[in-house]
Amino acid sequence: MRSPDQLLHPTPAGLYCPVGDFYIDPVRAVDRAVITHGHADHARAGHGAVLATPETINIMAARYGEDFTAKRQPTELGEVVSINGVEVSLAPAGHVLGSAQAVVEHKGLRMVCTGDYKRRQDPTCTPFEPVPCHVFISEATFALPVFRHPDDREEIRKLLHSLTTFPDRAHLVGVYALGKAQRVISLIREAGYQDTIYIHGALKSLCDLYEDHGISLGSLEPATLEKGVAKEEQAKFAGKIVMGPPSAFRDKWARRFPDPITVFCSGWMRIRQRAKQSGVELPIILSDHADWDELTQTVRDVNPQELWVTHGREDALCRWAELEGYSARPLRLVGYDEDS
Amino acid sequence: MQAFSQLLDSLILTPGRNAKITLLCDYFARTPDPARGWALAAITGELDLKTIKPAMIRALVSERMDEELFRLSYDYVGDLAETVSLVWPETHGANYSPTLDEIVDTVQDTPKAKAPELIAHWLDRLGASERWALLKLVTGGLRIGVSARLAKQALAKFGGVKAGEIEELWHGLDAPYEDLFAWLSGDGEKPTPDMSGAFRPVMLAHPLIAKKDRDDPDAINPDMITPEAFAAEWKWDGIRVQAVSENGVRHLYTRTGDDISHTFPDVVAAMEFDAVLDGELLVRKPDGNVAPFNDLQQRLNRKTVSKKMLSERPAFIRAYDILHHGEEDLRALTFRERRAKLEALLGTSPTDRFDVSPLVEVTDAASLNALRNAPPQPEIEGLMLKRWESIYEAGRPKGPWFKWKRDPFLIDAVIMYAQRGHGRRSGYFSDFTFGVWAETDEGHEITPVGKAYFGFTDDELKELDKFVRNNTIDRFGPVRMVKATREEGLVVEVAFEGLNASPRHKSGVAMRFPRFNRIRWDKPAAEAETLDGLKEFLSYSET
Ligand SMILES: [Zn+2]
Ligand SMILES: [Zn+2]
Repeated sequence: MRSPDQLLHPTPAGLYCPVGDFYIDPVRAVDRAVITHGHADHARAGHGAVLATPETINIMAARYGEDFTAKRQPTELGEVVSINGVEVSLAPAGHVLGSAQAVVEHKGLRMVCTGDYKRRQDPTCTPFEPVPCHVFISEATFALPVFRHPDDREEIRKLLHSLTTFPDRAHLVGVYALGKAQRVISLIREAGYQDTIYIHGALKSLCDLYEDHGISLGSLEPATLEKGVAKEEQAKFAGKIVMGPPSAFRDKWARRFPDPITVFCSGWMRIRQRAKQSGVELPIILSDHADWDELTQTVRDVNPQELWVTHGREDALCRWAELEGYSARPLRLVGYDEDS
Repeated sequence: MQAFSQLLDSLILTPGRNAKITLLCDYFARTPDPARGWALAAITGELDLKTIKPAMIRALVSERMDEELFRLSYDYVGDLAETVSLVWPETHGANYSPTLDEIVDTVQDTPKAKAPELIAHWLDRLGASERWALLKLVTGGLRIGVSARLAKQALAKFGGVKAGEIEELWHGLDAPYEDLFAWLSGDGEKPTPDMSGAFRPVMLAHPLIAKKDRDDPDAINPDMITPEAFAAEWKWDGIRVQAVSENGVRHLYTRTGDDISHTFPDVVAAMEFDAVLDGELLVRKPDGNVAPFNDLQQRLNRKTVSKKMLSERPAFIRAYDILHHGEEDLRALTFRERRAKLEALLGTSPTDRFDVSPLVEVTDAASLNALRNAPPQPEIEGLMLKRWESIYEAGRPKGPWFKWKRDPFLIDAVIMYAQRGHGRRSGYFSDFTFGVWAETDEGHEITPVGKAYFGFTDDELKELDKFVRNNTIDRFGPVRMVKATREEGLVVEVAFEGLNASPRHKSGVAMRFPRFNRIRWDKPAAEAETLDGLKEFLSYSET
C-alpha cells in the first residue's frame, strides 16, 4: 500500500487529492471540488466543478444561485465516479439532507472523509453508514468526553413543556437554517405538536426545499411583525414557537415578540456557562454532529488502520485513539466553523 | 434531587430578579419539608456540607478516565464540578435518585474518610444535572447568582410577609426551617426564636458619587452635605463587626453574620455591657494608634490564637452605632439619638478594647473632600457620612448613609500572565497578573506585583481575551504567559487601595484591592511604572 499522504493531504485550500486533482470541501474556490454537504463552511460558491449528492447540489443552488459552479456533477449515494483514475463515491453521513461521506479509493487504498456526521436517527436525512477503510478522516466538533447529547425526544419535550408553563411568552427558538431547523420542526411534529410554527425569513427557502424533497414540516408561516403593530397582532405569538437563526435573536427583530423566552438548540448547550454566556434561558441539547460516544463508537465500527482528525477538538479524539491503539493524527485544517 | 437541580439550572439561566423570585416561590410551593428547607439553606450559604476537597473529586474521576482526556475537558469547561458531572460515566439501569434530604442526612452522618466512596456511589446513580448539583453541594461552592437577600425576598413573597420580618428572624432560625415554612404557608404561628446573642442584619452605606457624574442615578449633589443634615466619621480600615452581649451571651459577628468570637477572645472578654454595638474591628499598635490592615489580617487568618499573637496584635472595636441597649431596641431611633446613647455607654469611659469613633467636623462638601483625600492617619480609607435623622435600617437603603472613600492610588503596569476565569467568565482569560519594571544589572526586568480580575467591561474582557490568545508565548497548565517586554506588552492602569511590605512576594510588596482602572492600548510598555516608583506608595500605607 502506498502512503495515504500521496492520495489525500491537507493544504491551505483544504484536503487535496493530487492523483485525482480535486479537493474535498475546499475553503477557497478551486477547479474541482467534492462537497460533502451544504453547510457554508463546507460548500462554497465559485468552484470550477462540483461533485455532490443531488440534494446538496440543490441546496447550493438555493443558497448561492444557479451559477454557483461552472459544472455540476450530481452523484447518487453509492454511485462510483472515476476522477483521473481515482474512484470517488459518496456514502450517507446522517448530518443534514444530502450529506455524505467522501470515499476515495486508488490502487487498493481506501480513505473516507466523514465531512460532518451523526449516528442518531433523523427524520430528515439518510442515516450514517460506516464504510470500512484504511484511513478514516473524522470530524471532531464535539470530541470531548463532556459532550454526550441526551435523547432528542426528551429535549424536544422540554420545549413543548415550556410552551404550556409559559403560555404568554413567545418561544424564540434559535436554529441553524440548514438541517437543524427542519430536524427540530420534524421532531416537534413527531411529538404531536400541530400548531403553526412561525419562521424567520432566513429559514424559508431551505424549509421549502426540504418540503420539495418529501419532508413534510406541517404548517409554517412567516414570523413577520411590522414595527409598531398593534398589541393584539403581537399577541398571536404568545405561547407559540418562533424559529430563526441565532443571530436574528440578537437584534431588534426579536424584541417585538411578547415577553420572549430564548431557546437555543445546539450541542453546545450541554455546557451551562456556554448557555448562560449566550443569554439562553432554555437550552435544548440537540446536535447534528456525533457526540463523544458516537465518535468513538464510529471509529471502532470502521476500525481503520489510521485515524485522521479534523474540524474541532482534535487533541482529545487523537488521545483517545492512541489509548485504544489506533494510530491517529490531527490534520489542523483551517476555515471550518464550530457548529455547521 | 431532580427538582433541586432543575431549580439551580433555571436560576442560573434566568435573568432578572423578579423571575428568579418567581422560580424560588414555585419551588417552595411544590416541594415538601424538609427538602425545601435544605435547598434554602444551600442557596443562602447556611448549609455547610463541605465533606470533600476538589482534589478528592479529581481522584475519583481519574480512577474512571484518562487524566489527559479529563484535563482537556476541564480546560474547555472551566469549572470542576461541571466537568466532572459531564464526564462521569453513565451507569445504565441504576436510576435510583436520592432525595435532597437523604443526601444531607447521609453526608452529615458519614465520616470524612468514607465520603468519596459515598459521593461516587451517588454520582453513579444521578443524571448529569443532578451530579453537578451534588458536587456543588459537597464541595461548598454553590455560586448560582442568587444572594441570600434575594432568597429572603422570595420567602417574603411566598408567605405574603415583609422581607424585613424574615431578615429579623433569620439568625434565630435553623435549617431546614420547618417552623418558618409552616408560618409562611399559614399552617403555624410566626416563629419566636430566642434572639439573645443573635446577629442583627446590618445597615450598609452607598458609595458617594458626586453629581458631576450625571448619568449615574445614584449620584448626589455634594452641596447637600451640610452640618445640619449630616454627621461625618472617619472610615477606618478594619473590618465591620457587630458585638452582641445580651443576658450573658456574647458573640462577635462579621457584617454578614459569621461568628468570629473564637478568633478574638480578647475583645469578647471585654464586652462588659448589655448591648448590641456596630463598629470597626482594628488592631492597636504599641503607640496606641491603629495598626495597618495587614496586622488584622494576620489575626483573621488564624483558627486558634496564640498568647504571642494576642499580646503583639491586640484587637479593639471602634464603635459607631448602637442597636440594642438592655431590653430596648434602638433601631427605630434617629442616628442623633443613637449616637447620644452610644456616647453615654462608652464615651465617658473608653477602654483599650472599646472606644467611640470620633465625629469629624462638617463644614461643607469641599472641606470634607479635601479631608477624605488627606486623612490624618494612614489607616483611614475616607469618610462615612450619616444623616442625623436616619433610623437603623437593614440592607443598603439609598440616601441615609454614604461612604466617601479616598481616591485610589494609580499606577501603569504590564500584563504578564492570564488565567481563565470562572463562572460567567469561564472560557475567557479574565484573571491577570501584572508587573512593573525592576532595574537590574542586566537592564529592566519585569516583576510581578499583583493580580486583578475585575475593573473591565464585558467588551473589554473580550478584547483582553483576544489579546491573550494572540500574544501567548508559553503555557503552564491553565496559565498563559503573554509577551511583556520593553518593546511589546499591554499596559493597564491599575487602581489599588494601599501597598504593604510583603517578604512573601518576590517584589517585596503586596497591593490591597487591585483592579483595572483602564486599559492603555496606546501606551508603550517601556513607560510603565518602575518597582522603585511603586515602592514610594509604601510610605502612604505604613508609618
Ligand atoms: Zn462543519
Ligand atoms: Zn455541517
